[in-house]
Amino acid sequence: MTNINFAFLWTDILIYCLLLVVGLYIWRARGKEHLAAPWRKVARRPMAMASAVVLFAFLAIGLLDSIHFREALPNQKPGAATEYSLEVISQLDRLLKPLRTQTEKTYSAPLAIQLYAMESMEQPDGRTLRGHPRLKYGGAHLGAASQSDVPRLVAQGTLIALLIWCALLITIGQCVTWRALLHGKTELPWRAILLTIGGLLWLGCVLWLLAPKYHVLGTDKVGQDVLYLSLKSIRTGLVIGTLTTLVMLPFALWLGVMAGYFKGWVDDVIQYVYTTLNAIPDVLLIAAAVLMMQVYMDINKDAFASITERADFRLLFLCLILGITSWTGLCRLLRGETLKLTEVDYVQAAQAFGVSHWKIMSRHILPNVMHIVLITVTLQFSSLVLAEAVLAYVGVGVDPTMHSWGNMINSARLELAREPIVWWPLLAAFAFMFALVLAANLFADAVRDAFDPRSE
Amino acid sequence: MIAYLLRRLLYAIPILIGVNVLIFTLFFAVNSPDNMARIHLGMKHVTPDAVLKWKREHGYDKPLFYHGAAQGAGKFTDTVFAHKSAPMFAFQFGAADDGRDIGHDIKNRMWPSLALAVPVFLVGLLVNITFALILAFFRATYVDFAGVVLCVAMMSISGLFYIIGGQFLVSKLLHLVPISGYQGGWDAFKFLVLPVAIGVIGGIGSGARWYRTIFLEEMGRDYVRTARAKGLAERVVLFRHVLRNALIPILTGAVVVIPTLFMGSLISESFFGIPGLGSYTIDAIRSQDFAIVHAMVFLGSVLYILGLLMTDVAYTLVDPRIRLS
Repeated sequence: MTNINFAFLWTDILIYCLLLVVGLYIWRARGKEHLAAPWRKVARRPMAMASAVVLFAFLAIGLLDSIHFREALPNQKPGAATEYSLEVISQLDRLLKPLRTQTEKTYSAPLAIQLYAMESMEQPDGRTLRGHPRLKYGGAHLGAASQSDVPRLVAQGTLIALLIWCALLITIGQCVTWRALLHGKTELPWRAILLTIGGLLWLGCVLWLLAPKYHVLGTDKVGQDVLYLSLKSIRTGLVIGTLTTLVMLPFALWLGVMAGYFKGWVDDVIQYVYTTLNAIPDVLLIAAAVLMMQVYMDINKDAFASITERADFRLLFLCLILGITSWTGLCRLLRGETLKLTEVDYVQAAQAFGVSHWKIMSRHILPNVMHIVLITVTLQFSSLVLAEAVLAYVGVGVDPTMHSWGNMINSARLELAREPIVWWPLLAAFAFMFALVLAANLFADAVRDAFDPRSE
Repeated sequence: MIAYLLRRLLYAIPILIGVNVLIFTLFFAVNSPDNMARIHLGMKHVTPDAVLKWKREHGYDKPLFYHGAAQGAGKFTDTVFAHKSAPMFAFQFGAADDGRDIGHDIKNRMWPSLALAVPVFLVGLLVNITFALILAFFRATYVDFAGVVLCVAMMSISGLFYIIGGQFLVSKLLHLVPISGYQGGWDAFKFLVLPVAIGVIGGIGSGARWYRTIFLEEMGRDYVRTARAKGLAERVVLFRHVLRNALIPILTGAVVVIPTLFMGSLISESFFGIPGLGSYTIDAIRSQDFAIVHAMVFLGSVLYILGLLMTDVAYTLVDPRIRLS
């Protein structure tokens, strides 16, 4: 393809790395019964599988939004080197092109065809009239008619969704009996999975038909489509929830295990480091670090090719600093568990045989603390997504030009005080955040129940 | 016990020095005192003399960590770091970068912070324990299941939503209490009732679920089975045996946050316009006032260490089997 030029942002590369790691883990876990058994337990829980479906939907959108490129500019000179636009966009932007480009003048309510506020309008005969002007794009296909066709589109979307869903149902029905499916008695909780997929399909199909013609969730102050903003924010939330973990994991893992294994002065030093980090109030540490980075970026303005790259750098840095503030808890847990494990027979035996420290730690101790890592990581995801919003409010969150739920909430929080009130940007951001965090929480619960040896 | 506590207090000194070094490094890694002076004096038309004067007035006219030209120990003590950090250990916070006395500010702002944080803590503890007890009483029934789902759902809602939604509903639509602001004395009640309620509601999800696990763990123990075997009613078992024993981990777990109540709550104080230490900190972060941020970090660290110490003491008080040595 010559008309696009791929641009790899730092966070993109790390996301691909993370996918690779997860892939490797799944490949390894498939063959090993002791790793696969707890996951099968998770897979049998209806609630967990329903949340997994929702998480997959979020993940798919986030991944589409992680393929970045520059489009070639139109009207190229023949023969000359292709020139690319300065703006970095993602595959998701391309799919949602109508939503991205159809910006109105200012606020408009969800599914509205008129602006929210009254304005003076110039009539063809020269008189001015106060009223709600028609939107430039929302409902523009209706022409002069003001009869909205939303119900028709919703019905169409429902029909399409129902057809796809039925096809899916029949495919699944080949493998399980209808009776078991209806009563939720199948091996995998197909009933819950199918119902969730059905709900998502319905939402997807209806939005697919409505979104190009209407602003389904309205527009914000500068006329941007709120649905587009919310969808773009998914990637930011996912990146903060996952990359932070990726960043902190090596530290927490090795320091925790080393402290517990070597004891003595190593333990003292590592304990000192994490107590010191823990003693500083989290928000203050994050604030100090982010302010520092802000100054650094102001000094080295030229190091970033585009606004997107600068925002991406800041996002990565935020993950880094959130990682530094959040690894201490996991480190302490791992230290405690390792202290216990060093007294266990097989570790003692390995020591007696003269196996090297490195080998004992990586072969005997690490695999046996992995369940703690997994539980902590899944539980931490949702709190990190929620923390992003709070940090945005304090003013030390992601870059203001980056789409994130925190930034949406922060810029919209005064809109409830307006007269008449504007509620949709705020509610959209909260609703999306709630859906992601709820799904993550429910899934994390199932993971904890399956992997924690204490919960039986 | 006394020896243990003294040892722990001495152990706090290297931690506090570490905290100071870290925060200094973070602040001055890219930012120089010259830069700070220019920001505070206004970016335009600042003469080098004015910068020098500002630095001298605010004590930034020395090297940061190491003073090569000084004699003996002065190489380390005659630096910005030593001059800014040493008085902290005597709780002398000095003046903010805009000239106000930080110690005075902290004393004044401590009370509104406490007036908000203490009720949230106490009422929250009470509500969470009650809720968790109800769930434990109806364990493995639909009531329990619905309660846990409710807890997870409440945990998944952003804290900002509770604040913004609560303010909108109670203050703007129903006009029950003022939207924001603060007054001393008894008038404080009407300003505090909404933030306290929101603070409590926001904490129910995680709190009640956590306490429920503790209760259930306690209910699986032998003495509970013995009590049931004696023929005690479930109500008596729950209140007289389980509650008392479960309170040990709950209370010792709660002790660690008591000192940090002083720091106030960052978000709700600034949303509700309560002039406490939390909003003080946020303002300082936004105006990049290093002196205040430094002071608050130091105070926060001291309180955190105090919390750890109090937890140790609390364990020995409630559980005679634990001896500190």
